[in-house]
Amino acid sequence: MPEFSLLPVHSFYVMCAVIGVLVVSTIIRLVRKARNPDKDDTELRLRINSWWWMIAILFAAISYGTGTGIVLFAVVSFLALKEFLSIVPTRFADRRVIAWAYLSIPVQYYWASIGWYGMFIIFIPVYTFLFLPLRMLLTGETRGFIHSAGVIHWAVMLTVFNLSHIAYLLALPDKNPLAGAIGPLLFLFLMTQANDVSQYVWGKSFGKHKIIPKISPNKTWEGFLGGLVTVTLISSLLAPYLTSLNWQRGLLAGLIIALAGFVGDVVISSVKRDLQIKDSGHLIPGHGGILDRLDSMTYTAPLFFHYFYYMEF
Amino acid sequence: MSRIPKILFFALIVRPVVLFVLGLNKRGMNNLPQNGPAVLAANHNSHLDTLVLMSLYPLSALHKLRPVAAADYFFRNAILKWFALSCIGIVPLDRTGETDREKLFAPCHEALDQGDILILYPEGSRGKPEERGRLRKGLFYLLKERKATPITPVLMNGLGYVLPKGEALIVPYCCDVIIGRAIKAESNPKQFIEHLSNSFDELEQYCLSKELR
Repeated sequence: MPEFSLLPVHSFYVMCAVIGVLVVSTIIRLVRKARNPDKDDTELRLRINSWWWMIAILFAAISYGTGTGIVLFAVVSFLALKEFLSIVPTRFADRRVIAWAYLSIPVQYYWASIGWYGMFIIFIPVYTFLFLPLRMLLTGETRGFIHSAGVIHWAVMLTVFNLSHIAYLLALPDKNPLAGAIGPLLFLFLMTQANDVSQYVWGKSFGKHKIIPKISPNKTWEGFLGGLVTVTLISSLLAPYLTSLNWQRGLLAGLIIALAGFVGDVVISSVKRDLQIKDSGHLIPGHGGILDRLDSMTYTAPLFFHYFYYMEF
Repeated sequence: MSRIPKILFFALIVRPVVLFVLGLNKRGMNNLPQNGPAVLAANHNSHLDTLVLMSLYPLSALHKLRPVAAADYFFRNAILKWFALSCIGIVPLDRTGETDREKLFAPCHEALDQGDILILYPEGSRGKPEERGRLRKGLFYLLKERKATPITPVLMNGLGYVLPKGEALIVPYCCDVIIGRAIKAESNPKQFIEHLSNSFDELEQYCLSKELR
């Protein structure tokens, strides 16, 4: 059943605000372009246009209903897993094993959709973890066995298990009727993105002391701490509005998202640095690959989910 | 020949599969020849190669793309023959070695004469998965009298992993399609092969997944 008219009011306002921000950014870009027509702003234009597409797809899917939202994230997991296994080398002999790894996606998202928490939480860390090496045995190729078993399972954990926590948020009982089941999901997305942006802005404005120069030369203590404080504060204001967390618990949620977002970002950066590539793919014009976009989310989604689940359920 | 089966096949099947199951890292798209007569010379690892190359063009240009394909393979039964001619639009090539060169290339020349873009695989056949095979001289002899025809080298990477020779299972994978600058036919076959081979080597650096399996 379409539920466009029945969107919970808090979530509806937040979605309007997000679209408002996009409208303003688009106008600013057009004004700047009009004032300075010779300056090349292709990169910015592509970036903003891609934001429009991503927001449109996300909002349409989660507004329509829980089912479409869950299907969307299953597709996102598929694209992320494909991207990961395409840039990280595996063996030719692993083709069929990888085909099985892809099959874990519909199963994992099915557990999320029926809200079977116990199965959802062990399916990939236990059953998939044990099954994939078994399937690898059948190929009979032992050279590179450890490498492939490690790569494939890590890929499935990052892109399927971790990201599927976003979908499970939609299947949780709705405890703040004004925000609805999509409230916590919007909260997670907004805070993760706010963290990326505010760490960048603080780092750009005041950054001096590098945290991990070997992996991300642009990451500074000033950016990290500035982002952390900003996100923690915004989170305590926004959490009671979009979720059933009170402001104190919202504060802690913000802290977790800021720390996790930073780590997720750097982990994916390390993968790319190891492979000596800048972007993980070319799926999203102006952004790179889907993993470039969701790097922080691979960490924030499961950590926020478990905090939220522990506190409220 | 009716263009409808071809357009439907690419719009409804090929393009969604290429977009969703493959996901292409495309480089050098502006090197792609828009008008014939022209030749695309690509490496060959999979049946998907031809479909991917054709999907780079808009649906309205599909009829101009003519993959040169083995007659013995694609004409072995009526259904495959219909598919090869109507949905792909191949130019059949006799691989038995019984036809003399003049006659052998006649359908190719005909296509080039009407301004089509030929798709050719200088390696001859698909070979081992994700390995570049030895380049053959056929392309040189085809263009011997047509030195002005631009030859655009295209390097594809990953498709032999998605669907290698002798396999039926498609495994999703992001593939690279790197299009180089057009080259012209040289005065002797050896030089030409070397030139083409160097172009392929050069394109390899733009592949996202460099490790060929």
